[in-house]
Amino acid sequence: MPRRPSLLQSWRIQRRVIWALTLREILTRYGRHNIGFLWLFAEPMLFTLGVTALWTATKAVHGSNLPIVAFAITGYSSVLLWRNMPGRCIGAIAPNLSLLYHRNVRPIDIYLARIVLEVAGVTISFVFLVLFFSFIGWVELPEDVLQIAGAWFMLAWFGAGLALSLGALSEISETVEKLWHPGAYLLFPLSGAAFMVDALPEAAQKVVLALPMVHGVEMLREGYFGSQFVAHYDVAYMALINIVLTTLGLAQTLRLSRVVVPE
Amino acid sequence: MIRLVDINKTYGTLSGPVHVLKNVNLDIAPGERVGILGRNGAGKSTLIRLISGAELPTSGAVERDMSVSWPLAFGGAFQGALSGYDNLRFICRIYGVDPAEKIRFVEEFSELGIYLREPVRSYSSGMRARLAFAISMVIEFDCFLIDEIIAVGDARFHEKCHHELFERRGDRAMIIVSHDSNYIRAHCTRATVLANGELHHAPSLDEAFEFYHQSQALAA
Repeated sequence: MPRRPSLLQSWRIQRRVIWALTLREILTRYGRHNIGFLWLFAEPMLFTLGVTALWTATKAVHGSNLPIVAFAITGYSSVLLWRNMPGRCIGAIAPNLSLLYHRNVRPIDIYLARIVLEVAGVTISFVFLVLFFSFIGWVELPEDVLQIAGAWFMLAWFGAGLALSLGALSEISETVEKLWHPGAYLLFPLSGAAFMVDALPEAAQKVVLALPMVHGVEMLREGYFGSQFVAHYDVAYMALINIVLTTLGLAQTLRLSRVVVPE
Repeated sequence: MIRLVDINKTYGTLSGPVHVLKNVNLDIAPGERVGILGRNGAGKSTLIRLISGAELPTSGAVERDMSVSWPLAFGGAFQGALSGYDNLRFICRIYGVDPAEKIRFVEEFSELGIYLREPVRSYSSGMRARLAFAISMVIEFDCFLIDEIIAVGDARFHEKCHHELFERRGDRAMIIVSHDSNYIRAHCTRATVLANGELHHAPSLDEAFEFYHQSQALAA
């Protein structure tokens, strides 16, 4: 294996490392007890089911006569998708410091493994819930699966960019972690999960549409039941924010990998 | 060949930056056994992490034309929450080695028995050293970096390490870091001394030891 590895070899090594870290993460987080790694998607599923039940019971005011179950599943799954990744990446380096003894394990691999795991868990949970509820007849099947995949990708990308940025910045300052908890909590009601943009007054629409995840949720819902309401979103705006976050995140991770000291 | 070119390493501390390594240069040829002597806190472990690539220098370059192990140190390289078996599997996955054929070797060498199923954080330092050494013999390298690991453990462990490392892998390059000049004398063909952040090369082992003991006496 001497000499500088080619790009293809580097990619193979990185894939191997991310896979090893992902399995390691599953083992340390879920262990081999009871249902083990099934918690990966059982946990987001319980969250979504709980919120769906609450919203159905309270007949949540979402400003439309859309089916509440489909509304809750699309909304809450979106929140989990962008909110869990930063939560997992903040402070992710410390418990893994000893693994950095291996040259091929870099901070970016630790972040990517956690991001992959979060996306996989929430995606499986979302797909399973949609299939299950449509099977028992509580929701219709989506109108445009391709658009849903696109919106899902945009939301996952947003979460990944945010996770990289906040994760790497949290290694400089613990304040990031302190601020993330209230931040994520306050962003939830504004994120578009619990309302339709179209039902808001025009002034409020402008404010809310500054938040990139609102565009993702609107796009997702348009893919799901677009013929029943008017969606408000701008893919280019969300992509721009995503690119900025990803660039910031990668730059911060690179800086981190230059100064991190294995333990 | 491994070549360190003008390596500098600075750590930021609350009292300002500390210059740990200053313009360090070092060449290691295949099969060579180089000892690095230095007192506690001289920067030996930092230097070996830089050679391994686990940490990056503030300036300068490390060129590696042969495969280099991770620092075989007493701590590090393992995940405390995972069992001995899971750590073995993890490291095999990272280096692209099939763990199935390595399990027996690790069981025999480490003599950890049922404890291989327990989380590594519950191990004693001697048990940890046995596991660390066994796992590091599972992946083959052209150059091994040894950071005091063999200093831990009893005579039987030392003997087994000696057999695996210096007899079965006697043709490999090795960089051994220690504060113990007797250990370096027994295993190395060349030695350098790390003092005040600078690496002092000496033409012979004896001259390196002489310099080391002088610098120690000065510091004391």
